[in-house]
Amino acid sequence: MNSFSYTRAKEVDTAVREITQDKSAKFIAGGTNILDLMKENVERPDRLVDINRLPLQQVEGTTDGGLRLGALVSNADTAYHPEVVERYPLLSKTILAGASAQLRNMATDGGNLFQRTRCYYFYDTATPCNKREPGSGCSAINGYNRIHAILGTSEQCIATHPSDMCVALAALDAVVNVKGPSGERQIKFADFHRLPGNEPQYDNTVQAGEIVTSIDLPAEGFAKNYTYLKLRDRASYAFALVSVAVGLDLEGDTVKEARVALGGVAHKPWRKPEAEALLKGQKATKENFRKVADALLQGAKGFGSNTFKIELAHRAIVRALVMATEMKKK
Amino acid sequence: MSSKVLTEPVGNVAVALPPLQRITLTINGAEKQLEVAPWTSLLDLLREYLDLTGTKKGCDHGQCGACTVLVDGKRINSCLTLAVMKDGCEITTVEGLSKGDQLHPVQEAFIEHDAFQCGYCTPGQICSAVGLINEGHAKTTDDIRELMSGNICRCGAYPGIVAAVEQALNVCQPNR
Repeated sequence: MNSFSYTRAKEVDTAVREITQDKSAKFIAGGTNILDLMKENVERPDRLVDINRLPLQQVEGTTDGGLRLGALVSNADTAYHPEVVERYPLLSKTILAGASAQLRNMATDGGNLFQRTRCYYFYDTATPCNKREPGSGCSAINGYNRIHAILGTSEQCIATHPSDMCVALAALDAVVNVKGPSGERQIKFADFHRLPGNEPQYDNTVQAGEIVTSIDLPAEGFAKNYTYLKLRDRASYAFALVSVAVGLDLEGDTVKEARVALGGVAHKPWRKPEAEALLKGQKATKENFRKVADALLQGAKGFGSNTFKIELAHRAIVRALVMATEMKKK
Repeated sequence: MSSKVLTEPVGNVAVALPPLQRITLTINGAEKQLEVAPWTSLLDLLREYLDLTGTKKGCDHGQCGACTVLVDGKRINSCLTLAVMKDGCEITTVEGLSKGDQLHPVQEAFIEHDAFQCGYCTPGQICSAVGLINEGHAKTTDDIRELMSGNICRCGAYPGIVAAVEQALNVCQPNR
């Protein structure tokens, strides 16, 4: 790890000012990802601005009947929060499917959004990586790419976004509140993370100097029919090879609204509203679910070691939709 | 040429070290005033500066759980925590669990169930189990397995560990 200086911000405006003035400074909240990356010399900030004492620790209702998660609420406190458990069980279940109890106690909701890819080559400074060192090349495309993306890839990068929580936030249509030097703005979750394109060094659309202050969950939480299906190499404490977050609004056997978000397959949580719309007004049957899977995975491309993910994802989507549908029968 | 080099920014060349940070931690009940470098992990502070070597360095990347300690009663990975971040907090390590000669129920249970072989992961397992009991979310044996998954045991003593945690849970929370 490089040596760095440390300051502690007590107000959001101070944090924004500090990060704006010093281009090589980084925020630290839970620290679970950035400290790991610093130990690997992937991140080398000259200064860390500790934001843990900022007043962003509340979970509170919003005026439109939703719930606002302060950026510094821990993943564990979010997952076990009574209102999250009752109204947004998909989010609770998804958070608890990720990391370990220790890491969930440390990691914050805001920080989770900024997790970086676990691509082996991104972590290995001895190898080229366009995300870590733009223009140096992608080692994964022709390398060992078992954990890599099958959707939305570019010739520059086939990394995946590692978060579970973000897959649920995508399915729930969350909104991210940020504050920067020029004021506050809201980012729809679908626009928060980006595809790699020709600039894989940018994981998201947050601008320099901006800080996430909270995440808003809309009123609809799909609390009756939902599931998070996570497929991975061991039963706990592993990143997803493929994951599926589903929220269904059912009337009898008819689907009024469906949300399906995929994790482990792209540079961002993968959603396709046109695929979800195929279910609108249709019966909740396996046959119809297969059509959704076809549409969601249209254009999927394997790179050798990860080609198995296409079939795996197809089956996982159908399985997750069946699981969510069958919840009401219990 | 050389003068041009001198007028350019220093960049990543090593220069004077950033100042030490003055912090206060309560460690196993004793308040300590400390001066630490910003990059000192809580784990290194405990082991290298305070001679509390019960807490172990396994992977140093938050993957194995050997470094688990309790901060304000919650279990965390001390290897992925900077000591400066915890200024003002209460830290409990495996050395601070017993009351004199009276072992913590989790420690008793680990001995009773022979829940270790080499013992390297054990302090982390024990602190993690104490955190699990404090959290109060484990209702079943499967819950224990899931909520202890952040602690890896290379010797594979898992059956004993799960049995020990279950026994301690019954002692500490008989009405769960």
